[in-house]
Amino acid sequence: MTLSLLADENSGAPALSSTLPLRAGIGLKSQHYRQILESQPQVGFFEVHAENYMVAGGPFHHYLQRIREHYPLSIHGVGLSIGAEHPLDEQHLDRLAALIERYQPQSFSEHLAWSSHGELFLNDLLPVAYNATTLTRVCEHIDRVQNRLQRPMLLENPSTYVEYASSTMDEASFISELIRRSGCGLLLDVNNVYVSCINHNWDALGYINALPLHAVGELHLAGFAEDRDSAGDRLLIDAHGAPVDDAVWRLYAQVLQLLGPTPTLIERDNDIPSLEVLVAEAQQAERQLALHRTPQRQALA
Amino acid sequence: MSDQHDFVAALLDPERDCPAELSSWNGADPSSRFAVYRNNVISSLVNALADSFPVVLQLVGDEFFRAMAQVHVHANPPRTRILAEYGEAFPAFIEGFPPASSLPYLADVARLEFLRIQAYHSADTAPLNAEQITTALSQPDRLDGMTLELHPSAAVLSSNFAIVSLWAAHQGEMAIAQVDPLRAEHALVLRNRLDVEVMGIRHGAALFIQALRTGQCFGEAAEQALAIDPEFDLSHLLAHLISTGALTGYRFAP
Repeated sequence: MTLSLLADENSGAPALSSTLPLRAGIGLKSQHYRQILESQPQVGFFEVHAENYMVAGGPFHHYLQRIREHYPLSIHGVGLSIGAEHPLDEQHLDRLAALIERYQPQSFSEHLAWSSHGELFLNDLLPVAYNATTLTRVCEHIDRVQNRLQRPMLLENPSTYVEYASSTMDEASFISELIRRSGCGLLLDVNNVYVSCINHNWDALGYINALPLHAVGELHLAGFAEDRDSAGDRLLIDAHGAPVDDAVWRLYAQVLQLLGPTPTLIERDNDIPSLEVLVAEAQQAERQLALHRTPQRQALA
Repeated sequence: MSDQHDFVAALLDPERDCPAELSSWNGADPSSRFAVYRNNVISSLVNALADSFPVVLQLVGDEFFRAMAQVHVHANPPRTRILAEYGEAFPAFIEGFPPASSLPYLADVARLEFLRIQAYHSADTAPLNAEQITTALSQPDRLDGMTLELHPSAAVLSSNFAIVSLWAAHQGEMAIAQVDPLRAEHALVLRNRLDVEVMGIRHGAALFIQALRTGQCFGEAAEQALAIDPEFDLSHLLAHLISTGALTGYRFAP
């Protein structure tokens, strides 16, 4: 990840930088395409779900191509199913490679999860057990992805609602070992950390500190929904349908203390608000980023 | 059976117990937590169908649509990782779904909506330019043997029901009270630049376009269409296809 040293954090020129800028970005939604091109909002980058653009042509490609001319891009996959028992879908990998070739994103990321079983696609990010068997399998899959795409990928920590009795290591140790073996980077989803830590009674800062933080290439922030399990305890659901919760903003501030400024995405996939609302949330993240940017620059000077 | 196999079976069958090897820190029944995954899978796919079939949803109402879509998701979970492709089997499912039998046109409205999605995402192919069109039409003696290529988005749907009017009524283009759903209609679906258009066309026009699609030459296609529908206005249809960029290539017979 040494390339990040070359990134100009204020640059909006995608062609000049091979990593995401140290700024806040938002998810690109089709209902905002025209407004983005007309108003060119002050966001550091856009992120798209890879699978939405695995179509032959039409407006999605028309607008993404134009928006890409003005902004850095992160391509975030939700369908590769890296945690699946079955081998990776090579056709899907081919489609992904074509998309990356076409749009030259600064970042490609996927999830520590599975979403397919054989031919079936389940459209959700399902949990894996944390043991030696799954570690070997997920590592092989990440190797295959990185070899096929000829670039390192970022792997996102999951939000989960159950644990497996067959797990032999904790999630942070599992992720650390994956990153050590495969050389992939980490997409640290701060909301997922919060959600999983509430759901499983883990210590959030302990979890974060156990991760290889040098490998973090991007942060995600999102809103969660809230439920209760049968014992009456809080069960948080990673729903991407609400603003970032105050508790997650506080955890984000602590993460920035540890990491310094890091590219940060505001994720919203359901109940999509106006572009202004998303941009305002990104600006809230940018204010936090700015707090950590200045002292570091002075220290370097 | 594998762990993930059991997990998937339980996800898709609400009658099944949740996988045995799940646990929770507080001793809560794991099934109360597994329910989140069950709900995510089913509701996200029902939402995807609701996004893809908005007129079907309006015709039957939200509650009925979600109940129907849920049965479909359980019976036909996606076999594609690209959600824009999910829903291809939904129209046939609707056709065989007894509670929807009082709306016999519903399946064809669904077919029309899925054609619109396919047209929206279809490949970008440049239309013939004015010069090419002039060249093609300036040799009337060779016209009959000419084959025409249509834009990948162009599709025709012939129905025993008033699918174009029903669709238009739900776009606010006409009053639903004016629609006689039991009148046969033919739809031309076409992406014109960035917008997908749905147009009612005559039976002859539908036959003509379908004949071109199967590679028949211009003369044969026109002859067949006019035999079935003598009032079919070929030049009017051609003008429409040209103005909407639907003609993308031509070839004279060797």
